[in-house]
Amino acid sequence: MIALLLRDLRLAVRAGGGFGLGLAFFLIVVTLVPFGVGPEGGVLARIASGVLWLGALLACLLSLDRIFALDYEDGTLDLLVTAPIPLEGAVSMKAAAHWITTGLPLVLAAPVFGVLLHLPAPAYLWLVLSLLLGTPALSVLGTFGAALTVGLKRGGLLLSLLVLPLYVPTLIFGAELVRRGAAGMEVRVPLLMLAGITAATIALVPFASAAAIRVNLRQA
Amino acid sequence: MTMLSVDNLSVTRGGLPVLEGVSFTLDAGRALVLRGPNGIGKTTLLRTLAGLQPALAGTVSMPAETMAYAGHADGLKAMLSVRENLRFWADVYATPDIDPAIEQMNLRALADRAAHSLSAGQKRRLGLARLLVTGRPIWVLDEPTVSLDAASVALFGAAVRAHLATGGAALMATHIDLGIPEAEVLDLAPFKARPPEQGGFRGSFDEAFG
Repeated sequence: MIALLLRDLRLAVRAGGGFGLGLAFFLIVVTLVPFGVGPEGGVLARIASGVLWLGALLACLLSLDRIFALDYEDGTLDLLVTAPIPLEGAVSMKAAAHWITTGLPLVLAAPVFGVLLHLPAPAYLWLVLSLLLGTPALSVLGTFGAALTVGLKRGGLLLSLLVLPLYVPTLIFGAELVRRGAAGMEVRVPLLMLAGITAATIALVPFASAAAIRVNLRQA
Repeated sequence: MTMLSVDNLSVTRGGLPVLEGVSFTLDAGRALVLRGPNGIGKTTLLRTLAGLQPALAGTVSMPAETMAYAGHADGLKAMLSVRENLRFWADVYATPDIDPAIEQMNLRALADRAAHSLSAGQKRRLGLARLLVTGRPIWVLDEPTVSLDAASVALFGAAVRAHLATGGAALMATHIDLGIPEAEVLDLAPFKARPPEQGGFRGSFDEAFG
């Protein structure tokens, strides 16, 4: 299974792999917001945590349709399903590869982008922590949407519609954690909720994704 | 020794039965070639045997973890080299060595080329080399010789014969002669599913409302 993770990481950094696209998208979203809402620092500081979380979430969404679609098109998915690794494990590895190439760069870049939005100083730690805890759930939930739409022509928009509602809890608790952290309030509840959602997602969703792939591979 | 045994199998495509009552056995060291016109259900049968879709009826029995499936698509990553592609599948199947497969399918000169720069026939050879690195005894192959030239077909025939000689077995859907004289041929035309009015399978919809 590690072989699958390494292969996906290698493919991501080769030509056409899409590595860095999410990060660039995140940067553009964060840069556009001050143009839209005006340069006033107070307003930006108040919405910074929400905008950063929303930007990270959309950046994550951008590359989801590639998770299984490319493997489906070249026949690799058929071969993976018949290979001696459990499909649930393969799904988890693909989610991990997606997180490392999309989620992790967002976590690392978020403090820099926070400057663009006048993020209050105490919030930086909580921003990084909340993204670190929350983005793995985005990748794993994304595999479920990608598995449901694998084999559909132009399934990307449908994928977004399916996955975005599933992102709501992570977004709520992630942004809330940053907001409370910035205001010096108690952060235990959103922190634990965010971690709990991610843990449950990682534990359960790969089974749903694998089941969806098996159904989609049947010649209906 | 019987490696693969299929009994009274019915398979469906698009919700309609295409083949019914298919029975055969495949022994170690034997090859079976499936023949039949387009649309008869060769691919569907092979995908069902590979576990990619459920059978409508009947049983398939073979020892666990013994089958390697190769479909129409080769499952190659265009941006990886020939060696990296094979290395990945060798790691997935936990087999140590890819060099014999590279030699056997005559890919030595191409080993460090990216898969996207290979010709269609060369890609096919790489796809077949993947079978060799799986180390699995039962090969289930769907049209393995598409886009191969005569020399490569001979190369593939030799690889299959070598596989059979070491106690392997092969089940293939193909239209051309592979140069494997010992291969048996199974014509699928007699197993074509009958329409319901002739006593064929009636779907659950008919059962519910008929």
